[in-house]
Amino acid sequence: MRQIKGIILLTIVLTAVWLLLTGSFAAEELIVGGFVLALSLILFRRYYELFGGLRFSLKALALLPAYLILFVWELIKSNIDVASRVLRPSLPINPGIVKVKTDLKSDVGKLVLANSITLTPGTLTIDVDDDFLYIHWIDVKDSSPEAAQTRISRRFEGLLKEIVE
Amino acid sequence: MELLGHILILIGSIFSLLGAFGILRMPDIYNRLQAGTKATTLGALSLILGVGLANPAFLGKSILLILFIVLTNPISSSTIARSGRRADIPMLKNAVVDAYAEKVGKTQAAADKKRSNRADADDPQTAVKEANV
Amino acid sequence: MIYISLVFLSLAILFSLIRLLKGPTSFDRLLASDTLAIITSGLIVLVAYLLERVIYMDVSLVYALLGFVGVVVVARFLGGDA
Repeated sequence: MRQIKGIILLTIVLTAVWLLLTGSFAAEELIVGGFVLALSLILFRRYYELFGGLRFSLKALALLPAYLILFVWELIKSNIDVASRVLRPSLPINPGIVKVKTDLKSDVGKLVLANSITLTPGTLTIDVDDDFLYIHWIDVKDSSPEAAQTRISRRFEGLLKEIVE
Repeated sequence: MELLGHILILIGSIFSLLGAFGILRMPDIYNRLQAGTKATTLGALSLILGVGLANPAFLGKSILLILFIVLTNPISSSTIARSGRRADIPMLKNAVVDAYAEKVGKTQAAADKKRSNRADADDPQTAVKEANV
Repeated sequence: MIYISLVFLSLAILFSLIRLLKGPTSFDRLLASDTLAIITSGLIVLVAYLLERVIYMDVSLVYALLGFVGVVVVARFLGGDA
């Protein structure tokens, strides 16, 4: 089941990318695209499981834009944060690596979460290990895994849990 | 629409500049990664979106490019940070906590020691002494 | 306004180049070259807009792609798990 979901999802994404890239619906382009699609699907057999972790439901589809808006907002905030740190002459940093617990189970969920954390204010994912993320934090406030989870990843996890398994 | 695009291009270039400045100014590799990734991601995103808005012919490909950069840029900096930590690149002296050490099994002190050992070995006189023994 | 942006981007490239030359570790140089790749692909997009050639967007896309793959490969090699 997860395999089939992965194949469907990859087909949709790759078709969209191909159409954006060529920007035409001419017959020749579509035929070549079909060949490239088949080749990619054969080459990336190993990763069907990974993409199968995404949920197929109306609710997930509806929450995707909400997640994107949250993500862009956090990205803008983090940039203002970094800019203010870099431009201040005293360079206020208090760095450290903390361990953060995550409730997400699927690999694709952890991937999206790790990427989101890297782009939010003051945090950078270093490694993922089963249920824990190792995060470099530019201004450490709390070093226990649970407290750090509340401060760093809670706002993403709530939404992500609805989108991935 | 064209004016909005130009403003976004300007904002993007300002953030790119700040990111590069951060890379130059931050004291160690992890903090540099922090400054570099975030600022250049938003910088490139805003610049490319600006170009897409200013001239609609560019919009499709600019969306593709934005998605690509947003997906890959955090991955490459995470990989650099992970490899750096595994290669024992030390953090700042005033770093508060290092939870990753227990996993890798190497503390900051061990990293410092390894580094000084390596410095000894590079010293030509010690190398000659060891060769004589 | 576009020309001011060009100046800013050139300055950003200059800063990354300084970090690339200064080091001190190979990871700093790697980070600098990653930043350089992203800023340069942004610059190529801007040039494509100024010259009104959509085809240059593909150049930018391939440049970003090669930059990403190169950085990941070299980082993993340096980290000891190639």
